[in-house]
Amino acid sequence: MLEVRGLHAAVNGVEVLRGVDLTVLPGETHAIMGPNGSGKSTLAYVLCGKPGYEVTAGSASFLGQDLLAMPVEERARAGLFLSFQAPGEIHGVRTDHFLRAGYNEVRKARGEAEANVLDFDRLLKTKAKMLDVTERQTKRFVNEGFSGGERKRNEILQMAVLEPKLAILDEVDSGLDVDAMRGVAEAVNTLRTPERALLLVTHYHRVLAYIVPDKVHVLVNGRFAAEGGKEFALEIEAKGYDWLAQRAG
Amino acid sequence: MTTTGKTAQEFAAQEYKYGWTTPVEQETAPPGLSEDVVRWIAARKDEPEWMLEWRLRAYRHFVKLLEEERSPTWAKVHHPPIDYQSIVYWTAPKAKAELESLDQVDKEILETFEKLGIPIEEQKRLAGVAVDAVFDSVSIATTAKETLAKHGVIFSSFSEAIQEHPELVRKHLGSVVPYTDNFYAALNSAVFSDGSFVYIPKGVRCPLELSTYFRINAAGSGQFERTLIIAEEASYVSYLEGCSAPMRDENQLHAAVVELIAQERAEIKYSTVQNWYPGDEDGKGGVYNFVTKRGACRGARAKISWTQVETGSAITWKYPSVLLQGDESVGEFYSVALAKARQQADTGTKMIHLGKNTTSTIISKGISAGHGSNTYRGLVQIMPNAAGAKNYTQCDSLLIGDASAAHTVPYLEVRNNSASIQHEASTSKVSDEQVFYCRQRGLSEENAQSLIINGFCKEVFKRLPMEFAVEADRLLQVNLEGAIG
Repeated sequence: MLEVRGLHAAVNGVEVLRGVDLTVLPGETHAIMGPNGSGKSTLAYVLCGKPGYEVTAGSASFLGQDLLAMPVEERARAGLFLSFQAPGEIHGVRTDHFLRAGYNEVRKARGEAEANVLDFDRLLKTKAKMLDVTERQTKRFVNEGFSGGERKRNEILQMAVLEPKLAILDEVDSGLDVDAMRGVAEAVNTLRTPERALLLVTHYHRVLAYIVPDKVHVLVNGRFAAEGGKEFALEIEAKGYDWLAQRAG
Repeated sequence: MTTTGKTAQEFAAQEYKYGWTTPVEQETAPPGLSEDVVRWIAARKDEPEWMLEWRLRAYRHFVKLLEEERSPTWAKVHHPPIDYQSIVYWTAPKAKAELESLDQVDKEILETFEKLGIPIEEQKRLAGVAVDAVFDSVSIATTAKETLAKHGVIFSSFSEAIQEHPELVRKHLGSVVPYTDNFYAALNSAVFSDGSFVYIPKGVRCPLELSTYFRINAAGSGQFERTLIIAEEASYVSYLEGCSAPMRDENQLHAAVVELIAQERAEIKYSTVQNWYPGDEDGKGGVYNFVTKRGACRGARAKISWTQVETGSAITWKYPSVLLQGDESVGEFYSVALAKARQQADTGTKMIHLGKNTTSTIISKGISAGHGSNTYRGLVQIMPNAAGAKNYTQCDSLLIGDASAAHTVPYLEVRNNSASIQHEASTSKVSDEQVFYCRQRGLSEENAQSLIINGFCKEVFKRLPMEFAVEADRLLQVNLEGAIG
């Protein structure tokens, strides 16, 4: 599904990713761990094509397409989703209207008819109920006045509606207390399917106790310094990142 | 990487879609301004003596202001001096005969309004809207008159009102905006050609939205219309106006005056979607929109609400205001002003609190793109007798690109200590973060931009009557079209 080879990327002329290799198959959940500044979020942004993140070498293919050649919105329409670490507010734009616009773009890209207001409302209602998001919240302006937990849940709701093939969750647990985190994690778990792949970008181990990964990668200084199975996350939790940084030089 | 920089350039280069002209035979006043021209206009309209005298007084006042070089210079707009002798003050399509019905209106003119999406043929009328269509200096047709007459509502061209209801016009004309009010009001009072007249009798809720569409067609001519709306005790009316003009290299002057009078417990809702030709990308051509709009809440608990969406014009100089005379009267001003390319907008409002417990609300949304300059200028004045007056002002500016400018100039004058005043202001940019967020959900960059901009305007758009909200939204979309990507 996702094949990343020798990926180098720079932000403001500073190289942040220095040769990342990653293969994600359908249905797999991968965790990308690493200390602050190791390039975790950069990797997420580069894969999604955020302006300002310049790929200097390497390749990435998504479902057989050259991912790096596609504009941001085409990547999204092809089934790549990013749950933002700190999703921004859009004043005056209702969440449901925002989501319908995105949903219809995805449908158009798949060659499907656009959903009308009524059909979409029905769909949104079902998904919102499933994820414990109130109808009132879907009518509020995008992320405006939302608590940290509501914002994260709103991201997962968007994921549920857009039904991506690969979802990157950037620090899905940041800023949440244990109960809120568990709630968000459970919401994510309901969206795991045998086809859908997940990429969990996280600093801490704790969320991985709820969203259990198939593979764990540790990013240090823009490169994967170590990889392992789900139990590897526990080892990291116990030993910290420093030994890996030293090993990587 | 500044994706919005590219956006701004293309945004500024957006083409004007109403820029064509209609080939009609015209009748015009001799170019230039003189007492003879004022007399010519009055004679052409067969006006009574009192009207001519009022015009002449205004004319003399204007000449004095002109001689003393007292055209307003305080607004943050720049333009070469206007040659008032080169303007044609009255232009009308040549009438083939006295018009009895719409069938006799020139086909070309009917088609003009059709093309603009203004339905003046009765059978094609929008449900619930009566229309007055003004082409250059004359009103072409006013629809739905019979329906309105049943309720005692008068909705006619200004010219017709002078003939049919001289007592009403004479009583109220200039009572809110006297010809001595300002430079352009004086000019308008001398040469005004046509416009709309509305009278809502006591206790009547006007059953239709009333709407006037202004079209400048002729070259070298200005448009000087006047609108007068009188809402008697406990009546209600919602009035809408729209405007457009052909693309021309020379600037055209539009100096209108609008007067609203709301008696006790009456409510007037006045909405404008202004899309005069803004000039080209380099600032060549375009309409100078120098307009005086003011309403008076004469009686207790009267309410006047201005909503404007100003997307066109090379220069906009406009401050729809409310005199809050009656106790507990309410004044509102909701505005979206767009300045792109080389457009300059200096717009805002004046809320003059005279009565007790009067309330005013000001919501201003300025969008600047390209080299556009947008200024909010507003005055809130609390007079000594206005105990318990309240004002809330919110001015938000949105900048697109790096060359655009936004200014906020609030004036506040409080002469009664019991007043409560609240002012909030913000300046923001369409952030790359927001655009990226939208695109990550599948929206194109262009759709992301218009979504964000429409959200910014939300509080104002939702004040517009349904059809107009759709039109305003569409206009903003059209202005944004091709701006991104």
